[in-house]
Amino acid sequence: MSAIENVSRRGFLKGLGAAGALVVGAYYTPKMLHRYESDDVRTDADNATLHPNVFVGVETDGTVWIVAHRSEMGTVIRTTLPLVVADELDADWKRVKIDQAIGDPRYGDQNTDGSHSVRSFFDIVRLSGATARLMLIRAAAQRWGVPASECQTDLHVVVHSSSGRRLGYGELATAASKLPVPKKEEVQLKAKSTWRYIGKGMTSYDLTDLVTGKAVYGMDAHLDGMLFASIEHPPVLGGKIKTVDNADALKVTGVAQTIVIDPFKPPPAFQPLGGVAVLADSTWAAFQGRKKLKIEWDNGLNETYDSDQYKKDLQETARKSAKVIRSQGDVDVAFTSTTNTFEGDYYVPLLAHASMEPMVALAEFKDGKVHAWAPTQNPQAVQAIVSSELGIRKEDVICHVTLLGGGFGRKSKPDYVAEAAVLSRKVGRPVKVVWTREDDIKFDYYNAVAAMYMKAAVDSKGRPVAWLQRSVFPPITSIFDVNAVYGDPGHLQQGWTDMPYDIPNLRIENGAAKAHVRIGWLRSVANIYHAFAVQTFTDELAHRAKRDPADYLLDLIGQPRTLNFSGVDYPNYGAAYDAYPWETGRLRRVTEMVVEKSGWGKRKLGKGAGLGIAAHRSFLTYVATVVEVEVNDQGDIRIPRVDTVVDAGLVVNPEVTKAQFEGAAVFGTSVARSGEITAKSGAIEQSNFDNYPVARINEAPYQTNVYLVESDAPPAGVGEPGVPPFVPALCNAIYAATGKRIRELPLSRTNLGKQS
Amino acid sequence: MANAIQFKINGVAHSFDGDPDTPLLWYLRDTLGLTGTKFGCGVGLCGACTVHKSDDAIRACITPMSSLAGAEIRTIEDIGANGLHPVQKTWMQFNVPQCGYCQSGQIMQAIALLKSKPKPTDEDIDEGMAANICRCGTYQRIRAAIKAAAEEKA
Repeated sequence: MSAIENVSRRGFLKGLGAAGALVVGAYYTPKMLHRYESDDVRTDADNATLHPNVFVGVETDGTVWIVAHRSEMGTVIRTTLPLVVADELDADWKRVKIDQAIGDPRYGDQNTDGSHSVRSFFDIVRLSGATARLMLIRAAAQRWGVPASECQTDLHVVVHSSSGRRLGYGELATAASKLPVPKKEEVQLKAKSTWRYIGKGMTSYDLTDLVTGKAVYGMDAHLDGMLFASIEHPPVLGGKIKTVDNADALKVTGVAQTIVIDPFKPPPAFQPLGGVAVLADSTWAAFQGRKKLKIEWDNGLNETYDSDQYKKDLQETARKSAKVIRSQGDVDVAFTSTTNTFEGDYYVPLLAHASMEPMVALAEFKDGKVHAWAPTQNPQAVQAIVSSELGIRKEDVICHVTLLGGGFGRKSKPDYVAEAAVLSRKVGRPVKVVWTREDDIKFDYYNAVAAMYMKAAVDSKGRPVAWLQRSVFPPITSIFDVNAVYGDPGHLQQGWTDMPYDIPNLRIENGAAKAHVRIGWLRSVANIYHAFAVQTFTDELAHRAKRDPADYLLDLIGQPRTLNFSGVDYPNYGAAYDAYPWETGRLRRVTEMVVEKSGWGKRKLGKGAGLGIAAHRSFLTYVATVVEVEVNDQGDIRIPRVDTVVDAGLVVNPEVTKAQFEGAAVFGTSVARSGEITAKSGAIEQSNFDNYPVARINEAPYQTNVYLVESDAPPAGVGEPGVPPFVPALCNAIYAATGKRIRELPLSRTNLGKQS
Repeated sequence: MANAIQFKINGVAHSFDGDPDTPLLWYLRDTLGLTGTKFGCGVGLCGACTVHKSDDAIRACITPMSSLAGAEIRTIEDIGANGLHPVQKTWMQFNVPQCGYCQSGQIMQAIALLKSKPKPTDEDIDEGMAANICRCGTYQRIRAAIKAAAEEKA
């Protein structure tokens, strides 16, 4: 087992170049004509009469199958990308059926993370639909004995306009399937003016199921004869079992057996954490049995981890010179040549994802293969970790992707699916692993805790002439390399390396921090704490200079220009820089627009109210946000209104995109108000929504207005970019309302009331 | 069974003679396969498991089977069984769901709210819906959909 594991781990890490692409490099693209390898992996599109590529199939009755290869966790991507295929195919959306892809490298990258589904696949899926359309046109032309150039398509039909003849797609599917698949160079994409769906959008394909309880999530997966498992994990990362007494657990009605899962060998990556699984004939029996386990743990090295002490250590590190990430001019000389300097320390704690659906997976090991049904953002990572754990081929891991009850990055990490597969092999039956909410909060891959130090020297007008920013956080790469203590370029790029202000003397640094919990990407990732520090510090400088914060922010963004990162390790979210340059003019534009839309400086505000502003680019999208807050004498906050302006390039599905930014304001509210994970003696102290509260309807912004900038720029991200500017805009609003400066999150740590 | 608990789910009579502490949630999901009612927190903090007992919204995850003698339970599966409920319609009209996982519970809670407050104010909605978490943050649309459903029913 260990030899196999070592070999496959190398392969696995190599695979991470793609899986972790959000952090480092370019995403990989599908092999359009690469067909299925076995019947296990065939889609309805594969089985359709006309199936020119992996994404589309046309049946003789006119049904069009479109493959959704990205995971649906609420962004409506399962609808949006197929909608692009349908547009290029000129298909009637009512006759489209969506096929959810299993994990299969023939689709290219499937890790639905990093807000890049449309960006990375827009051109490819357009081509896939247009290819099928051309074949249907050619089949009709052949049938009619006319040149293909005389034929066009209308909704779901090919038309010969001069003779008025028409043939439906279904009638043409067989003939079209006999034609060679045209080369890319032969295929002409639709002109923008003829787009049916792109830019107009469509409601979720699953909408009716979502309001009637019929939608199937991982939690709802079922196989006859399956056992339900609940797992007691080591309370401290890297802990091992000393002794286990399962006698009372086995006495619980419905409990079938207990199984010890081996602890992971560092680094943790996506391996099971280890522990003791209780398997039973119902979820409840498994939960009850688990409570009766008596386990003595050897907590291991991370037992010394205390988040209060760790915070002090991070803050101390942030005050010492560190690794230079980007530098221009000479900050040190500038700081010594003036006394007009200003500095601040900022802090954001560990954050948990807390998707509404806890981790859950069903797996069946049978005849050397595993079928898994899982709410996963990354089915190919499921293939990798399950094959590694079981010593079987990746192709023999068939990962069926259910709907996800939220993901936010947690479900890109398939440790829970590996648990189900390991258990199924041990018991020879299908096993459904169900995490409790407590498991979910305690055994997350947390968004990193971060301490940031900011220092500026300003001229007589209060404008910075020198700027130093230093960030310290345990890096995501620590889950793949126990010695990793510095941020990797993909992590640092998020609102840090790319600090956009036009300042002659600038130095950006990163200090070392060792991880004691699993660190992972969470919606917006490092942008959350980096935007908090930069945009709060900006507001502080504005007030210090007695300038209007919006004017001051625009002044620092400066005139429109393209940032030059030569000599700097700046991955640009894996996108080509010439296609997605960092353009300050676009950040400026959304900022100017949000000033106008929010009525900044003009709006009458009530007692105890204030407005705050922030602007940030992340995932290649430019966002500016104004938050209105009301703070009462007791220090309770209310958020009556949020205005946010978004330049995400071309937007395929506008209504859905607006919903993402409304949701981001709520997610940001949770981060700001109460998001905090702490640890004592290495164990996480939070466990459920009572001590890890997330925003409820009465706490969430009452009204979030989202404005999308019309743009011809290529599509960028929409799932994540809303969160980063929201948090500092809220905190800046609190300053405007109360005069209390928030440098540390969450807000629950600060008494905002009058009596402090 | 002499000691079996008798009750109705979605109008159909059932009896239960297992562990009386078993929460209704797991009976619905694991025994009956009614998976529209979701598991979110297990302790009555999130509302994903909201069902109706008569017309009241209750949390199935903390409702022991022992408390159900004579009860009439209704789940999301029955709500749209004979055509969509006005609340489901406005939920679609306002494109409320994102991931959708909490929405069964939100809809059940909203229907109960509208029963007791046919014309809910913002404060009524805050109070009535605050125990139902949506991590995607669809609250603004939930509020709009509840108000629209109230208009329609009036």
